[in-house]
Amino acid sequence: MSIPLALTVNGKAVKADIDPRLLLADFLRTTLGLTGTHIGCDTAQCGACTIHLDGRAIKSCNVLALQAQGADVVTIEGLAESDGTMHPMQAAFKECHGLQCGFCTTGMVMSAIDLVARHPNADEKTIREELEGNLCRCTGYHNIVKAVQQGAAAMAK
Amino acid sequence: MGAIESGFIGQSVRRKEDARFLLGAGQYTDDVTLPNQTHAYFLRSPHAHAKIRGIDTGKAKKAPGVIAVYTSADLEGVNGLPCGWLITDVDGTPMKEPPHPVLAKGKARYVGDHVALVIAETQNQAKDAAELIDVDYEVLPAVVNVVDALKPGAPQIHDEAPGNKCYTWAIGDKSAVDAAFAKAAHVTKLDIVNNRLVPNAIEPRAAVATYSRADDSYTLYVANQNPHVERLLMTAFVLGLPEHKVRVIAPDVGGGFGSKIYLYAEETAMVWASKRVNRPIKWAAERSESFLSDAHGRDHVTHAELALDKDGKFLALRVHTTANMGAYLSTFASCIPTILYATLLAGQYTTPVVYCEVTAAFTNTAPVDAYRGAGRPEATYVIERIVHQAGAEMGIPQDEIRRRNFIRTFPYQTPVALLYDTGGYDACLDEAMRIADVKGFAARKSDAAKRGKLRGLGYAAYIEACGIAPSNVAGSLGARAGLFEAGEVRVHPTGSVTVFTGSHSHGQGHETTFAQVVATRLGIPIENVDVVHGDTGRVLFGMGTYGSRSLAVGGTAIVKALDKVIAKGKKIAAHLLEAAESDIEFKDGKFTVAGTDRSKAFGEISLAAYVPHNYPLDKLEPGLNETAFYDPTNFTFPAGTHICEVEVDPDTGVVSIVSFSACDDFGNIINPMIVEGQVHGGLCQGIGQAMLEHCIYDSESGQLLTGSLMDYALPRADDVPSFKVETKVTPCTHNPLGAKGCGEAGAIGSPPALMNAVMDALSSVGVTHLDMPASPHRVWQAIQSARA
Ligand code: FES
Ligand code: FES
Repeated sequence: MSIPLALTVNGKAVKADIDPRLLLADFLRTTLGLTGTHIGCDTAQCGACTIHLDGRAIKSCNVLALQAQGADVVTIEGLAESDGTMHPMQAAFKECHGLQCGFCTTGMVMSAIDLVARHPNADEKTIREELEGNLCRCTGYHNIVKAVQQGAAAMAK
Repeated sequence: MGAIESGFIGQSVRRKEDARFLLGAGQYTDDVTLPNQTHAYFLRSPHAHAKIRGIDTGKAKKAPGVIAVYTSADLEGVNGLPCGWLITDVDGTPMKEPPHPVLAKGKARYVGDHVALVIAETQNQAKDAAELIDVDYEVLPAVVNVVDALKPGAPQIHDEAPGNKCYTWAIGDKSAVDAAFAKAAHVTKLDIVNNRLVPNAIEPRAAVATYSRADDSYTLYVANQNPHVERLLMTAFVLGLPEHKVRVIAPDVGGGFGSKIYLYAEETAMVWASKRVNRPIKWAAERSESFLSDAHGRDHVTHAELALDKDGKFLALRVHTTANMGAYLSTFASCIPTILYATLLAGQYTTPVVYCEVTAAFTNTAPVDAYRGAGRPEATYVIERIVHQAGAEMGIPQDEIRRRNFIRTFPYQTPVALLYDTGGYDACLDEAMRIADVKGFAARKSDAAKRGKLRGLGYAAYIEACGIAPSNVAGSLGARAGLFEAGEVRVHPTGSVTVFTGSHSHGQGHETTFAQVVATRLGIPIENVDVVHGDTGRVLFGMGTYGSRSLAVGGTAIVKALDKVIAKGKKIAAHLLEAAESDIEFKDGKFTVAGTDRSKAFGEISLAAYVPHNYPLDKLEPGLNETAFYDPTNFTFPAGTHICEVEVDPDTGVVSIVSFSACDDFGNIINPMIVEGQVHGGLCQGIGQAMLEHCIYDSESGQLLTGSLMDYALPRADDVPSFKVETKVTPCTHNPLGAKGCGEAGAIGSPPALMNAVMDALSSVGVTHLDMPASPHRVWQAIQSARA
């Protein structure tokens, strides 16, 4: 059984007939080939799959693709400008060495942007609490916190 | 030393690899999609221990989309997975090495053991079909605790290993240790458990295997830390394929921490099956499969005794450890609690005699192998906990008892085989105490006491041995592999460079660090250097990345290749400049006739090498492409002191980390930013072990109780503080970079530092024993029973 799905992904209209049990994360990765969204767990714990759905950070492994019917989805691939210039948060992660293996990073950046949108002047404690939903096994979070602070300052400009 | 001019060395160069990761353009194994690809699913045993009386795959084979279903009966001619290190028992016999079948044969020995492989058009079809496989199990009693496994009457897991014992191994002079204990003024005794951990790299293991009929060859993409080793083990030991017909690619890999060193059943079965189904096969572990089937870490039970004289000088250390191997021997399982553990038990101290006996046993749990630190965290945990306790018992301050015993003359031969080349333990201790503001601790403690809280300060002065080597010595100790590294420096005609390294980066940033070394040495822009790793089809050879060896061993192989490039460049320059080769100097990217201004730029030399018109063709081959293999003469010995300050709420048992300070000596540092990042990550993992993480199997059923990220607590951003990190440098004396390695130190020093802090905090309420993790429940219980 296939069901038609229409939504916007990274500014482009997308249409597909999909299996109703397809998860949004799998739709992005497999159907659209947007492999920057990663899958790190099966219990909605790690946040590697974080994307923006109608402007809010969500875990795309935890919603069905069909739940994004008509939605506006932004993935990590949709953040940089068309000439490749990074979003300030991406640039801050690089500058602060907020990533090592890179696997959690894409979800971490998507969460960080949402965090800053809700708390433009977040202190370290708030940042750490807000990043609860994103696991990183490499960085010890130290430089991620710095990156979020620096990214927030750059986004405010 | 001095071989490396400054240039990019010591600079926090921003990482070359970051753009692709940040733009979502990384290529991890699960991102690889091949045309006509099929999907694999592994049916796993739901029982910890069960006889397999029969497997009926008839229905599954007929299910929609199913291409093939394989069980062990199909794997004709396929050998078991090998163990790479032979440990010899104290009785002179080889360790018990029961077969480790790729798919369970006759018996399943842990929950998650691979029983059947289903290949289908889609993942869901493969999963659905697996449910139709009918396995006739006869459930047997299981044993998961390593001490229980060695008790008489314990369930027998392998016929080949009576009493479940794999080996008993020992190191050190037992009678000298016993004699020292007889004379001791004080003896400190400690019973501790090093808690079992699940590595949990955020990228789960994954593989894509494909076979080409055109040339009878295989390609395997796999999330792995050492693709050449993976290929060697898989082809030579298990599948009987010629290596040149198998290409292993470990593309971007999302963290390893040891868990991706090993040859696993999944990718082995998939490579075998890819020829049978003649289509690409893909598999990516779900997190719950990672919990069940990734090699776990630690899981030691130890009794230790430290003999001291009246002044707190260590006279002898005696250690008995029981180590859990899990159900089968994983690739390097046997050497972790022996060669990489007991040899570290001298620590930073002059303890004249040490004796350690290790018994390793099989249990009905996932195999246990190296996890970040691999043996060295376990050793450090024993030493630093017992030193702390000795200091507390004898009333000697924690820094003082360490200082009274530090090694200060190098090279230093320990009583447990290692020869430390260099170190500076006082400097790290002093600096750690400074950044931890130990001076202000008493005031902070009394302030906390006013608020009803318990403050504690914990020290850990650790040492580790990295870059395990040399190969011949390791071989005499049972290693079945070489321990060198390979590198290739390919200079292109216009002077840009591609470096091929046998090291593998899965977060360590080699593409940047190695490029810094090469660009500095050749005096060229760093943009002109690219580093290639992780592909047996492109990289000459490699032992991969584990044990903090990449820069010290892999980096040195590159330096050796660079030496050859420069030596050849000098010959070419001598010809072009019509000078004697001995008069040519190479500096800042220029070959100069000494004492003149006549010179040729690096790019001119490379061009001459590839367009050899004016070139000494009678004496010199064209081209500028050099390789080197480097086998170190010794381990490297990173060391340092970590200090943790905690505050415990006695009413709830909650431990808060107030601050964590680390001063490490990693030898020379190429990229401080990357090194600090490695320390941060290691500290967080060690704090995870000490406060949160604990892998638990049900003792009756053998079920994994902590089988998901909802039951197994990985540290999150709000579980850890920002860290205070400093370094001191004593350069390694036996590699040209002077580098020692930094990848594991954080995970080695932090668990005892944290636990000692907790013990310090709880000493005022009378707690004398606590095992990791120091969860609120355990701490609260310890307080209650101490008060009772
Ligand atoms: S994959 Fe979505 S939270 Fe882990
Ligand atoms: S950078 Fe590897 S998991 Fe975060």
